[in-house]
Amino acid sequence: MTDRSNDETIGITRRETLHGGAVASLALATPPAPAAAQLPAPARLPAHAREFGLQLATSINGEPVSVAIDARSSLLDVLREGLGLTGAKKGCDHGQCGACTVHLDGRRVASCLTLAAKADGREIVTIEGIADGETLHPMQQAFIDHDALQCGYCTPGQIMAAIACVKEGHASSREEIREYMSGNICRCGAYVGIVAAIEQASTKMRRA
Amino acid sequence: MRQFTYTRARTTAEAVTAFGRAGREARYIAGGTSLYDLMKLGVERPLHLIDIADLDEMRHVDTAGERLVFGAGALMADVAENPVVRRDYPMLSESLSKAASQQLRNMATVGGNLLQRTRCPYFRHGAGGIYPCNKREPGSGCAAIGGLDRGQAVLGTSSACTAVSPGDWPVALTALDAVVELTGPAGPRSLPIADFYLLPGSTPDREFAMLPGEIITGIAVPKTAAGRRSTYHKIRDRESYAFALTSAAVALTIDGGRIRKAHVAIGGVGTRPWRARQTEVLLEGRPPTREAALAAAHAAFAGARPGKENAFKLELGARTIADAVVIAAERKV
Repeated sequence: MTDRSNDETIGITRRETLHGGAVASLALATPPAPAAAQLPAPARLPAHAREFGLQLATSINGEPVSVAIDARSSLLDVLREGLGLTGAKKGCDHGQCGACTVHLDGRRVASCLTLAAKADGREIVTIEGIADGETLHPMQQAFIDHDALQCGYCTPGQIMAAIACVKEGHASSREEIREYMSGNICRCGAYVGIVAAIEQASTKMRRA
Repeated sequence: MRQFTYTRARTTAEAVTAFGRAGREARYIAGGTSLYDLMKLGVERPLHLIDIADLDEMRHVDTAGERLVFGAGALMADVAENPVVRRDYPMLSESLSKAASQQLRNMATVGGNLLQRTRCPYFRHGAGGIYPCNKREPGSGCAAIGGLDRGQAVLGTSSACTAVSPGDWPVALTALDAVVELTGPAGPRSLPIADFYLLPGSTPDREFAMLPGEIITGIAVPKTAAGRRSTYHKIRDRESYAFALTSAAVALTIDGGRIRKAHVAIGGVGTRPWRARQTEVLLEGRPPTREAALAAAHAAFAGARPGKENAFKLELGARTIADAVVIAAERKV
């Protein structure tokens, strides 16, 4: 959560979070072990926090996941801090930059403004879940081909938004791509490459 | 952020009951794009959240009857792309698609959008004693008056508050005389949208004519042939994904090259969505040219009270209306 002063009261140190996260990401990358066994130990919520805690059961990149959360958590924080899926980035944390974009039930959303509790029973896809084994998603490849990034911080969000943009049918022209990608800010200014990458991937995705 | 309990309601009745049990520090949450954002900023501090996003009974979009009916839980993105809305009421579709980003439009509902709070920086970023704000903490004062006021309202302001009403969809609904359907502990009722938004006066913390525990269940818009000749024209600091500096929702009935009836509401300039009645009257009988429209449009700002840095909104706002009249008039019916 954004309220750092509460970290101690939920009994998780940064070291434990990182460790738990690493375990979770490894587990998620190695299907098809039983889901419950793959998860990090549930966060140890102290008694006073239990009435405010929740158990979240969801599917992330095709894997069932069950995790204890603080009701205040954003989906972004659960992905990054709880499950070690650090692909989605925290830029503004207020839904203004798009770096946190993931797909929820097939639609792109700002995971920083999505209460994690709302993801219960729904399907999440993150940047970690779009490649087919070693083969990159056409959108990932197109971003490389067109040099559509500089620092790369916004790139996972750009790619997740771009895939949705094509699937929604909003990539029919450069103007439409620019309009429907306006929720993803790139402070390096790689927009020309981003639009070109989406045009390329859009053709490939339609053929696939 | 203060800790809260989280409950997912399965029916509207269940939500209202849950609210009754939880008391006044409860909030309904649908998309959460506004509420959760303000919770992160410490502006909203609910003790209980009752999630109403899963209520199937509020998701419908019905364009077949005498009125367009939008379930409050319908997503902004879905209503924006509804083919009948796009064809017959481009003003409504544009007011949604020119708001926020596709990510947020996939989360936010058309009912929740009516309740979006102001973007006044002193309201959003002043919690915890940083800035006074009569809307956030009644009686504390207003830092925007005499402060950075470029974005503030010029219409409907008071000595207690100049915060601008941020919405686009509510402006388009105001132009078309929409009705807000509500339910709550005392049962269902309807309110014309003109009565739904309150002027700040001396109580800027009261923004909506809703009773404690009430939920917006739907929005009804009387059908009009003027819908096809309509537009929502929005001027922003950047081309996309920004709040309105000025905006105009215009729908026209044109007969023999002259405007027979005009619906005009404006955004970005008022403390609530603003119906420009005087402009509507002046447009009647005039040709839909930019010159004629501009003369009528200036009347919308006759009672404006600009501050230090936002007087530009009077001329920009009038030109926005005039351009919207021309765009609407050129639409095929």
